[in-house]
Amino acid sequence: MNFLSLFVLIPMLMIVALFLSKEMKQIRAVMVIGASALLVLAAVLIVLFLQERAISSDEMLFMATTVWYEPLNITYAVGVDGVSVVMLALSAIIVFTGVFSSWNMTLAKEFFLWYCLLSIGVFGFFISIDLFTMFLFYEVALIPMYLLIGLWGTGRKEYSAMKLTLMLMGGSAFLLIGILGIYFGAGHTTMNIVELARLHIPMEMQRWVFPATFLGFGVLGALFPFHTWSPDGHASAPTAVSMLHAGVLMKLGGYGCFRVAMYLMPEATQELGWIFLILTGISVVYGAFSAVVQTDLKYINAYSSVSHCGLVLFALLMMSRASMTGAVMQMLSHGLMTALFFALIGLIYGRTHTRDIREMGGLMKIMPFASVCYVIAGLASLGLPGLSGFVAEMTIFVGAFQHADVFHRVLTIVACSSIVITAVYILRTVGKILFGGVQDKHHIGLPDATWFEKVSVVALIIFIAFMGIYPFGISEIISDGLAPVFARLAI
Amino acid sequence: MEYSILILITPLLIFLLLGLLGGKLKPVIAGRIGTFGLLCVALLSYVIAYQYFFVEGTVNGKWIEKIPLNFEWLRFTDTLHIDLGILLDPISVMMLVVISTVSLMVHIYSLGYMHGEGGFQRYYAFLSLFTFSMLGLVVATNIFQMYIFWELVGVSSYLLIGFYYTKPSAVAASKKAFIVTRFADLGFLIGILVLSFYTRTFDFGLLTADSASLVVTSMQGASFMGLSVATWALALIFMGGAGKSAMFPLHIWLPDAMEGPTPVSALIHAATMVVAGVYLVARLFTVYFFAAPDVLTMIGYIGAFTALFAAIIAITQTDIKRVLAFSTISQIAYMMVALGVSGYEGHDGLGYMSSMFHLFTHAFFKALLFLGAGSVIHAVHSNEMSDMGGLRKYLPITHLTFLIACLAIAGIYPLSGFFSKDEILSAAFHHDKILYWTLWVVAGLTAFYMFRLYYSIFWGKEKVHHGEHKPHESPLIMTVPLLILALLSCVTGFIPFSKFVSSDNLGFDMHIDMTIALSSIAVAVVGIGVATALYMRGGDLPQKIAQRLGGLYRATFHKFYMDEVWQFITKSVIFKCICAPIAWFDRHVIDATMNGLATVTQKTSASIKGLQSGQVQFYTWIFLIGALVIGILALCV
Repeated sequence: MNFLSLFVLIPMLMIVALFLSKEMKQIRAVMVIGASALLVLAAVLIVLFLQERAISSDEMLFMATTVWYEPLNITYAVGVDGVSVVMLALSAIIVFTGVFSSWNMTLAKEFFLWYCLLSIGVFGFFISIDLFTMFLFYEVALIPMYLLIGLWGTGRKEYSAMKLTLMLMGGSAFLLIGILGIYFGAGHTTMNIVELARLHIPMEMQRWVFPATFLGFGVLGALFPFHTWSPDGHASAPTAVSMLHAGVLMKLGGYGCFRVAMYLMPEATQELGWIFLILTGISVVYGAFSAVVQTDLKYINAYSSVSHCGLVLFALLMMSRASMTGAVMQMLSHGLMTALFFALIGLIYGRTHTRDIREMGGLMKIMPFASVCYVIAGLASLGLPGLSGFVAEMTIFVGAFQHADVFHRVLTIVACSSIVITAVYILRTVGKILFGGVQDKHHIGLPDATWFEKVSVVALIIFIAFMGIYPFGISEIISDGLAPVFARLAI
Repeated sequence: MEYSILILITPLLIFLLLGLLGGKLKPVIAGRIGTFGLLCVALLSYVIAYQYFFVEGTVNGKWIEKIPLNFEWLRFTDTLHIDLGILLDPISVMMLVVISTVSLMVHIYSLGYMHGEGGFQRYYAFLSLFTFSMLGLVVATNIFQMYIFWELVGVSSYLLIGFYYTKPSAVAASKKAFIVTRFADLGFLIGILVLSFYTRTFDFGLLTADSASLVVTSMQGASFMGLSVATWALALIFMGGAGKSAMFPLHIWLPDAMEGPTPVSALIHAATMVVAGVYLVARLFTVYFFAAPDVLTMIGYIGAFTALFAAIIAITQTDIKRVLAFSTISQIAYMMVALGVSGYEGHDGLGYMSSMFHLFTHAFFKALLFLGAGSVIHAVHSNEMSDMGGLRKYLPITHLTFLIACLAIAGIYPLSGFFSKDEILSAAFHHDKILYWTLWVVAGLTAFYMFRLYYSIFWGKEKVHHGEHKPHESPLIMTVPLLILALLSCVTGFIPFSKFVSSDNLGFDMHIDMTIALSSIAVAVVGIGVATALYMRGGDLPQKIAQRLGGLYRATFHKFYMDEVWQFITKSVIFKCICAPIAWFDRHVIDATMNGLATVTQKTSASIKGLQSGQVQFYTWIFLIGALVIGILALCV
């Protein structure tokens, strides 16, 4: 069996083990061991990948194919390139930290069952190179979301869960059309992405398949105007689900956009990309401006995610190698940052029972550890050099600005302006909730982060700092993985 | 000179050490570690300066750029990559000396000033972070490295202004400082993007080589909205510099930044960070001069306006730190004007040289003024002039050193400010008479408001000091740095600066232009004389004058309402007219449309679900009617 399948197998084993475990201790042990195994696996994968990459010039490494349904050429095909390796590592980190952030869940067993199923979907998506299997895992990742939010959420959870699921399902309807279009357009001989890339899809076909596919994935990537599930969904979701959702699931959108839509239909991307480019440009600025007036911590972060994820799609559509590398770096960086934010918001909410920034103040005195981490998360988000946000954003801006067309360069400048607005809403939040005098007397004496919360938060900060200080290694892996995609786009 | 990397690594390590383990250390130990580290940095920078200026800095009489270290950090495209490295040339070595000296003085002084404050460890951690970033900024080998450290400096400044984070005014001030400079940095970033798009490099060496020929040729003919792209790029880069160096109208953050601890104001908001903008323009001076001389002219005029504007405001302020803040703005603007009027090569580059010279001397006497003000604040526990008066008896050392600094900034021979200011005035005189006369007036105003400050603190009537104890002189740990800085303010003017720093790195002889020198001393003496008459004895003459001036005085006192304009723009325009409508639109239009879709689907299905009732009779009826209709249709056809 191919070792990539372990990424799917381990969560499956975790599900079995969860069924067998009875006490909270056992459940936690299963989750910690499983999540650590995934983290180690991701580390091993990176090492093996780098070794293999040095000697092999194949586009995808560790490929394996098992025929699944012959008549429709559906296979279980796996393989990774630089981009998927990075995304797998990100997913492993978030899954790991998410476990620690949901240490004291009610109905823990059921919660973690769905949590593992969600991880299966996420990991499966990133290792698949077969369109159908990819779509399957994509759906596997979406369904548990409904239950996780609907049952364990807060606030208007039923409404939000329904909204999120319906909108994303609407997106996947487009996606299914897109996938079928690609399959038949390319002569219905294969569903394998690598093979599909060697075939040509007729232009008249591409003209409607590309928008459908891009839109389908774009909904998950919070593409304007289909982003409104994000604020409500995040606000209601429990901490670990918000982390996983904003940290990884939204990246499925960006990943799919280039792996399927842009890679397989480069001509249509060239022709129609500008429409989406404008929409993503709007996302970037619009999300940031919306975040400025929000008063709920999770809404602030959700709108900031709209802005940051918009930048991912924006950079992809700029179609220069540097900007696309930047896009993947931004996925990684945003995944880590936003997970950190949600972990901290969950931590604060668990103590103060409010997320309204007007009802908090002076938390720095009350919970110094959590507050310092929040400041670090904020600084990462507003692009402080030495943390991950800066390298990702700068790669995007420099890459995008190399575009020969003036319109694209002007659009880049518009996107750049988001760095100022980001500073506004981050500093506003930090100033309101952490600094100043204590707003609510009941907050005095609240405990600081517990050890398991610290594990989650510190792990994320370490990765954020690592990426910010050592970006060249990461950027090289990604850039190398993007080479074939870029080669097809640069016709 | 590979060891020069240590100058960056030491403060960084101290920051990490104090930042991560600070809580476990005793405050005094943390302070000592920080100060000792800075001592090492300062000694190292003196060694580097000695090595550079006296041993290996010149080749055939020309100062060369030495790059002991440079490595690629992040690659964007084949030609564009961010390098991190160390560039040693006259101005960067000069800056190393300035930064590490002032920083060391501030570190020592803070051991006394911040004694007993909560967060002592954090304070020293941030100071080290700032020193690291500022040193990294000046030794940058390329414009992107500079941008990186530029941002880091901004964040350290943010953290230190907001050091008293439970105080709402400090939190607001730190936020304002960061956002205003961030806005300016956006210009800087776009400028870098435009510049690198045409030149395909970030490297200072390549950009400035051969009279900036790369920039000139690659940007030739390209224009955007009627202006050449070179002008755009360099004006935008200057915008970044204007933000950090508090040029009008981006100066609004600096007076508020005085909310930070006073030693921080001395280090960051007087001597080092705020001159980063001047340093940036100086670093790219060749490019400015050859590719976009129109931007240099603009810099000259913006500088002159800011100098005058800030000097006028400084006259009316009553918070001693704010007087010094406006004086800083005014003096930095002086340096900007000097760059704006400068030529290139030899004696023509007098402006460039004098700008750097003034930066050098100003750093010492302005740091001295701030630390002296800190000593006064330490004694009377207030920033307001109205709480002071007659302090010269109680604070003899502070009084003496403060007087030296006041004379230096007023430009009185033989103190350092005289020399550098005189060179700036003579550079302006030979270039543009309007700028010259503006600066001349500012010189008089400077002398006036500095001595107004001096007399209000140390002379006049003694105030009743509430509380039991009389004000007393600060401890030695605070007065020794004052004495050292006072000594430096006395002697640095005699350095033959033009031998070391010049626009073309060849060095030249400077001489004092007697007419200009005499006229500048004359105007300074007049300023001091008026201040003496008005403030030495106290009395209510100043109030009467203020009343007579009426609206003009009030406008000046309120800093020409620039803060209100800023408030209006952020609160009313950006918040209420852009952000709030967008958020409303998102909820009530976009989201409502999505919800509407769901509702329509629900309604439609509700209204047609009756068709699937499950009643066989109903189905039979439908079937029969259908059959009938088809039958009739069939018959008709």
